[in-house]
Amino acid sequence: MNNWRNKLAAIAGAVAMTALVAGGPAALAEVESKDPIKLTLHDWTGQLVTTKIMGEVLKKAGYNIEYVQADYIAQFAGLKTGDLHVAMEIWETTGRDAMDEATKTGKVVNLGETGMQAIEEWWYPEYMKEKCPGLPDWKALNKCAEAFSTPETAPKGRYLGGPVTWGGYDDERVEALGMDFEVVHAGTDAALFAELESAYQRKAPVLLWVYAPHWAPVKFKGEWVEFPKYAAECYSDPAWGENKDAKYDCGKPRGPIWKVAWEGLGKKWGGAKAAVEKFHVDNDEMGAMVSAVDLDGKKVDDVVADWINKNEERWKKWIN
Amino acid sequence: MSSQDPAPEEISSNTLRWVWAAALAASLAFWLFAKPYAPWAFKYPRAWQLPLKREISDFMKWLVEDASFGLFSFTELTRGIAWLLDIPFTIATSILSSGFLKGQGSDAVQILPPLTWIAVIAIVVALGRYAGGWKLAALVGACFSYLAIFGQWESAMITLSSIIIAVPFGVFGGLVLGIAAHRWSLFETLIKPVLDLMQTVPVFAYLVPILFMFGFGPVSAMVATIVYAMPPMVRITMLALRQVPGEVIDLGKMTGCSPRQMTWKVMVPSARDGLMIGVNQVIMLSLNMVIIASMIGAGGLGYDVLASLRRLDIGAGVEAGVAIVVLAIALDRLSQAFANRRPEHYEALAGTSFFKRNPYTSTCLAIVLVTGFAGLAMGWVQTWPESWSITTGTFWSEVVSYINVNYFDQLEAVKTFVLLNLMIPFKRFLISLPWPVVAGLLGLAGYSLGGWRLAVLCAVLTTFMAVVGLWSKAMVTVYLCGISVIIACAIGIPIGIAAAGRDRLWRVVQVLIDTLQTLPSFVYLMPVVMLFRVGDFAAMIAVIAYAIAPAIRYTAHGLRQVDPQLVEAGIVAGCTRWQLLRKIQLKLAIPEIMLGINQTIMLALSMLVITALVGTRELGQEVYIALTKADTGRGIVAGLCVAFIAIIADRLITAGANRMKARLGLQN
Repeated sequence: MNNWRNKLAAIAGAVAMTALVAGGPAALAEVESKDPIKLTLHDWTGQLVTTKIMGEVLKKAGYNIEYVQADYIAQFAGLKTGDLHVAMEIWETTGRDAMDEATKTGKVVNLGETGMQAIEEWWYPEYMKEKCPGLPDWKALNKCAEAFSTPETAPKGRYLGGPVTWGGYDDERVEALGMDFEVVHAGTDAALFAELESAYQRKAPVLLWVYAPHWAPVKFKGEWVEFPKYAAECYSDPAWGENKDAKYDCGKPRGPIWKVAWEGLGKKWGGAKAAVEKFHVDNDEMGAMVSAVDLDGKKVDDVVADWINKNEERWKKWIN
Repeated sequence: MSSQDPAPEEISSNTLRWVWAAALAASLAFWLFAKPYAPWAFKYPRAWQLPLKREISDFMKWLVEDASFGLFSFTELTRGIAWLLDIPFTIATSILSSGFLKGQGSDAVQILPPLTWIAVIAIVVALGRYAGGWKLAALVGACFSYLAIFGQWESAMITLSSIIIAVPFGVFGGLVLGIAAHRWSLFETLIKPVLDLMQTVPVFAYLVPILFMFGFGPVSAMVATIVYAMPPMVRITMLALRQVPGEVIDLGKMTGCSPRQMTWKVMVPSARDGLMIGVNQVIMLSLNMVIIASMIGAGGLGYDVLASLRRLDIGAGVEAGVAIVVLAIALDRLSQAFANRRPEHYEALAGTSFFKRNPYTSTCLAIVLVTGFAGLAMGWVQTWPESWSITTGTFWSEVVSYINVNYFDQLEAVKTFVLLNLMIPFKRFLISLPWPVVAGLLGLAGYSLGGWRLAVLCAVLTTFMAVVGLWSKAMVTVYLCGISVIIACAIGIPIGIAAAGRDRLWRVVQVLIDTLQTLPSFVYLMPVVMLFRVGDFAAMIAVIAYAIAPAIRYTAHGLRQVDPQLVEAGIVAGCTRWQLLRKIQLKLAIPEIMLGINQTIMLALSMLVITALVGTRELGQEVYIALTKADTGRGIVAGLCVAFIAIIADRLITAGANRMKARLGLQN
C-alpha cells in the first residue's frame, strides 16, 4: 500500500542526486568557508530578532547561515562541541553562571556586549500608585504590603518571582530588607505574564518580576521598584548597605546582554567572528521591534527585513 | 504475585487486621512523640545522603567525552546513529515540507518542491477511502483541510514528517523487543523494570543526556519521542503473542516451521489485531511528545504552541493545539482502519494494466504530478495562500478575559476555600510524616496485598527517596498528585457510570476525553493561570483535566463489560435500579475501575513536569531545573523518584485488583 510512496521517494531522491552532481559548487568565494554557520534560536521574540538580524547581515556578507532551535542553557553543550556556533543573547542576569562555566573550558568564547542592557526588577502597574503613595521607593512599598496581599499570603504582600531557574535572590532580598512579602515563583515567563495580564484586566493589585527588553513594559504602564542601588559588594559582603548582617540588601544588577560563540568560529570564519563582535543595538530599538512582533502581530522576518533596509550604513560597517 | 507467595493466605485476615492496628498505633505514637528523640526520621540528615547525582553526572561526562570501544568512541557511535536517523527524516521533510534542497544552510537551493497541499490531502483521502470507506476518507480529509484553512500547514507538515519517521522506528523496535521477550524469559525479566522506568521517568530527565549524545536538532527530539512511545508497543507485543491460540502454534509446528518462520509467518500475523493497538498507542504518545520535543529543536506545531503562549496569544495557542489533536485523530482513525481491514483478493484483475490494479496509487500519482507542475506556475497550488487562512484570532483571549473580569471573585472564593481547607492541611500532614514510618506502612500494605516481595519493593523504593535527599519534594509530589487523583476520580467515576448505560452520551464523552488527552496541556495551562494565579491550585486543575480521562474510560468500560446475564438475574430477583448498580454492576466492575485509578495516577504523575512550568515545587520542578541547567545526574535522580512513586502505586493497586478479582471469581 505504501508502494507508491517508496517509489516516489526513490525517484525524487534520484532526481535530487543528479541535480546535485550536475550543479557543482556555487560561486561567491570571498568568505573563508561556505559551511553553514549555525546560529541558535530560543523561544523569546527579542532573541529571534537579534539573531535574525545578525544572520541576515552575515548572509549579505556572503556567509552561509543556518538557524537552529536550541534551549537557552542546554545550548552550551552544543557550543562546546562545535555543533552550534553562535548564540546572540546571553543575559548577564540569567545566563552568567552557565556562560562562565562554558568559557572556562576554553571551548566557548565571549564576543562582547550586544549593546542591550538587561533590566530585571520588581514591577507594579501604574494604577497601584493610587493605592500605595510613595512608590516607586521600596520603603513605601513595604508600608503598603497589605495592598498587595492575597488570601494565601495575607497579611503579607505577594510578590510573583520568576522561575526558580532564573535565580535573582528574591527570597534572600525579602529577608535581608525585612520586607513583609512572600515570594511565589512562577514556573515560566508565560505564566508570569499570564498573571500580569489577568490582574491588569481587572485593575487588581499585582507585583511581579518584569524584565526588559520585553513587550510587557511596552504594553502595560507601570514602573520598577527602586531598591538601594546594586553594587558588587552588596552580593558578596554582608556588612555593605542597609542590613549589616546580610547580603542581597539591594536591587538587582543591570547588566549587559552578551554574545558568545564556539571557539573555532574565528579560525573557520574570521570575518563572521569580527562581524558578530561589532553587532550593536540598544534597548529602545529592540523594545520597538519586539512590540511590533508581539503586540502588533507582525512577522519576525518582516521586522528584521525592515531594520536591514533602514540601517544599511550601520551593518555595512560590521562586515567590512 | 499472590500465587507465588502463599504467605498472606496463610495468615488469617484477622491476624492481619491486628497487625495493621498495631502498626498504625505505633506510627501515630512515633509521629506525635518521637521528634525530639529521632530527628533523623523527620528530616533526613544531609550527611547520610548518597551523592548519586554527582556520580551519574560524572558517569555521563565520561561516557560522552572518554568512553571508547577501541575502534570508535561512544560519542562517535551515538553520532553515527543520529546520522543514520537523519537520512529518512530529511527525506520525509523534503517530501512534505521543505522540498529537495541542494547545498546547506542559506545557500540551499530548492531543486524539487515538496508535495502540494492539494496532493497531500488527496493522498490521505485516498488512504482513508482504501482503508475504511468514504466516511473515513471524509473525516481525514476534513482533518487535513483544517490544517490548511487555519494556516497551520507548514508547521503541521514538519510535525507530521517527524511522526511518520518516529512511529515506524517505535513500532518496529517495540515489536522486536517484544518478540525477544516472548522467546527468552530471561530477557523478559530483564526488560520489564526497564519498561516501567521508560514509562514513568519524566521525559525532561533524559532529554539532557540525549542532547549530549545525539547533538542538537530534530534527531535528538526524535530519539526522545521513540524512547517515550515505544514501551506500550513492547508490552502489547508480549501480550498479543501470548494470546495466540495454541492450535495456531501447533499447526506451525506440524508444518515444520523454523523458529524464525514460526515468529514472522505464524505468530506475528495471527497477533495482528492486538499489535495494531500498540501501533495506535505509539502514534498517540508520539504526538503527546510534540511539545516537549520542540523544546530541544524539533520545531513544528509544538514550537508554535510554545511560542504563542509565551506571548500570551491564547487564540494562536489553541489553534496550533487543536491542529495537533486533529493530526492525532486522523492518524489514529487511519491506523485503526488498517488494523480492521481484511485482505482482499484481486485474482480477477490479474493481467490487467497497472492502473487498473492500483486505482488509488495511480490517482494519487496523477494528482501529485499535475498539482506539482501546476504549483510551479501558480503559487496557491503549491502552498495555501496566507490571505485565505481564517483564524479565531482574539476570540479565545476575549473569552478568558471576560471570565476573568466578571467572575474572578467567585473563582477566587472557591479557590481560597479549597486551598485553605483541603490542600494546605493535607500538604502539611504529608510533609510532617517521618520517612521510616511511611516506608514501614507501605511495606506492610505491600505485604498484606501481595506478599513479601512486594513488601520489600515498596519499603526499599520509599527509602531511596529519603536516601537521595528528595524526601520532602517527593511528599509534595504525592500531595499534589494524590489530591488531584482523588478529585479526578470523584468527578470521573460518576461520569463514567452515567455514560456507561447511554450510548449517545458515551460517544460525546469519548470525543471529549480524547481531546483532553491529546490537546497539549500547555494550551489550557495559561488560561488556568490567568484565572487562578500561579500556584498549587492552578497546577491541580491542570492535572485533573489531563488525568480524568482514564477514570471515566475504565469505569464506563468496566460497567459495559459486566455479564448481561448477571444483570438480568438481578432484575429477576427484584433489585431496584440503585441496588442493581451498587450490588452487581459496580462490584463486578471494581477491578476495571481500579485499573482506571491506576492509570489516572500514572497520568497525574506524568503531568508533574508540565505543572512545574507554573511554579509548583516538587519533583517535577527538580527535573525541570536540571534540564535548564543541563545537570544530568540531578534530573535522572529526581526522575527516578517520580518513577518509584509510580511503581509503588502501580504495584499496590494491581495486587489489590488481582486479589479482588480472585475473590469475585473473575479470571482474565
